[in-house]
Amino acid sequence: MQAATLTRIAKTYRIGSVQLQALRAIDLEIRGNCLTAIAGPSGSGKTTLLNLIGCIDRPDSGDLVVAGVAVGKLSDDALSDFRASHLGFVFQSFNLIAVLTAYENIEYPLRLTGMPAAQRRERVLAMLEAVGLSAHARHRPGELSGGQQQRVAIARALAGAPRLVLADEPTANLDSHTGAGIIELMRRMQREHEVSIVICSHDPQVIAAADDTVLIRDGRIESVNRSKDSPVTSAPGPQPDLQLAGARP
Amino acid sequence: MMTLALALRNLARNRRRSLTTLAAIVVGAVAILLFGGYTRNIRYGLQEGFVRTSGHLQIQHKGYFLYGTGNPAAYGIADYERVMDVVRHDPVLAPMVTVVTPTLQLGGIAGNFDAGVSRTVLATGTDVDGQNQLHRWNDFGFPGTPQPVALTGTAPNAAVVGEGVARVLQLCGALGVHRCATPDGPATMPTQSAEADSRMPADLAALSAQESSGRPPRPDTRIELLAATARGAPNVATLSVVKAENQAVKELDDVYVALHLAQAQRLIYGADPPQVTAIIVQLHHTAQIPAARARIEQLLATTLKSQPLEVHDFETLNPYYGQTIGFFAAIFGFISILIGVIVLFTVGNTMSMAVVERTPEIGTLRAIGLRRSGIRTMFMVEGMLLGLAGSILGIVAALALAFLINHGGLTWTPPGRTDAVPLTVRVWGEPVPMVGVMIALTLVTVVSSWIPSRRGARINIVTALRHA
Repeated sequence: MQAATLTRIAKTYRIGSVQLQALRAIDLEIRGNCLTAIAGPSGSGKTTLLNLIGCIDRPDSGDLVVAGVAVGKLSDDALSDFRASHLGFVFQSFNLIAVLTAYENIEYPLRLTGMPAAQRRERVLAMLEAVGLSAHARHRPGELSGGQQQRVAIARALAGAPRLVLADEPTANLDSHTGAGIIELMRRMQREHEVSIVICSHDPQVIAAADDTVLIRDGRIESVNRSKDSPVTSAPGPQPDLQLAGARP
Repeated sequence: MMTLALALRNLARNRRRSLTTLAAIVVGAVAILLFGGYTRNIRYGLQEGFVRTSGHLQIQHKGYFLYGTGNPAAYGIADYERVMDVVRHDPVLAPMVTVVTPTLQLGGIAGNFDAGVSRTVLATGTDVDGQNQLHRWNDFGFPGTPQPVALTGTAPNAAVVGEGVARVLQLCGALGVHRCATPDGPATMPTQSAEADSRMPADLAALSAQESSGRPPRPDTRIELLAATARGAPNVATLSVVKAENQAVKELDDVYVALHLAQAQRLIYGADPPQVTAIIVQLHHTAQIPAARARIEQLLATTLKSQPLEVHDFETLNPYYGQTIGFFAAIFGFISILIGVIVLFTVGNTMSMAVVERTPEIGTLRAIGLRRSGIRTMFMVEGMLLGLAGSILGIVAALALAFLINHGGLTWTPPGRTDAVPLTVRVWGEPVPMVGVMIALTLVTVVSSWIPSRRGARINIVTALRHA
């Protein structure tokens, strides 16, 4: 099953009287259980594409299906709930909540999904263990290095067992050695958790590690390279009892 | 729980700004509580003064309050002892009532004929024991023991006058009244002037001279009080002034005469059955007025319906009380609104800065699934915590400051009084204003957080993340 399907997606930004066409009638399928890299020069529309797939922005036209759900007509609250339940985010600047510890940062999105406390604790400890930061559970972001912060961010993104994780330039603020470690971690986590990860980057290490690479230029997809031996498995569809338009459970 | 913890930690994030905002709320709470405590003390003091002299309620002849001052004798309460007995022994009123005492008001002319001076006065005949009981009322716990009224233990013809009366009647020297210079102009009555003497018949002038020369010297403080009896005839009582008391308000001080009730009744009613113009009813607590009033009105309509009587409370009888309370309430309201507006803008500014500073965080939280309402709640809880903490600290500070003021030995002379009283602010033991300030300031901070929090919640996620 596809993690995301984009059909004729267009997005235009208006800056004063100037109109900037960021995406022009994009058609794209993001395969499930794959690591997909979106590459392209600055201003090509990578981040816009990622934002649309991540449901934090809305296209001007076209159809967008993420994790089996047509998200175009969801209300703002329903989209928030959808993101909390099905999507994870890793940002270039880590974007951890400064006043929360590593443990609490990972726990926060789980609280939003209404997960019971005991299950939450078990999940957070497992994620800390997975990213090798069990000893830093009580540390706040300011007490962690850049690489450690990004690992916490990866743990936070994966804690809720999302269908799709979106990472915007996750290695841009890290040195190449740490960046390589982060890519390796993401690759490993993607396989272990059987999740789709879309990374927007022009880091050659990311492109090399990706199953699929989407090259974008001037708001158009220039090429899509899919590796034939990518371990695609059928991922579960959306939960049948998912309340997309209503309140959280 | 997470929202609360997050709000607390966010407040601690920029300590200096949070403390400055907190300080503004604390100062606001202290100002409101101290000024409120001060005005409350004035209200209690005024109320105590009125209740100690004129009781909580007065039973009067119908129409006396509006028309009776011109002819008090026409509005007397006959068989007033029975009325008092009914009130004292009524099973509903008895638990509420502390004192029931009669009073008789009359208008007349007081003269010091030796000095050849006189003036119109408003005299009050009172029962001394009843008055002393009235003076013991101290529901608000004011310090000090009330002094007995000046007529206590005096002769039946004793009287107390205002200093203004003493001044006009040239009794200052004899009564030891200060600031009472002898008038520069002629103070004798026209009948004693040379011109009048020249117009007086010779035989009458001779008789007058003979009377004056043969009469033994009178005590210095004796005055004559001329009044019209209930039948309209003139009557005179000779009174011995025992004291001149300053009545604080000049208009009252210039006409005030107090005498024993029996003396006043003899002057007005002579040998007829004595009457009074009002029956003063004092209650244990001011809050009992509505219940006591309702019961008295019931009695007046049933048991005591033989004569037309009505009942008035002390606020009706003393409009000055309501005016003063209203005046201070207006100032208090103005100050409270001013402080509320200052707190509103201070907290609003703090929250606006927090929203701007935490825009990337707002974007992150929204991206990972927090709804707009969650962002609003987060900032409003921060405002609420500031309001709660500020008002609680303000209450503690106000209590401490009130203690220092109340024990600082400061005094002041309130309106309507002649003696200085301790400067007191009533904060301790007044839970309603304290809780009120806490709720009001917390509400103000929540309201002032609402606009910035709403703005924060409406920020576009992508735009917010660009600020990272």
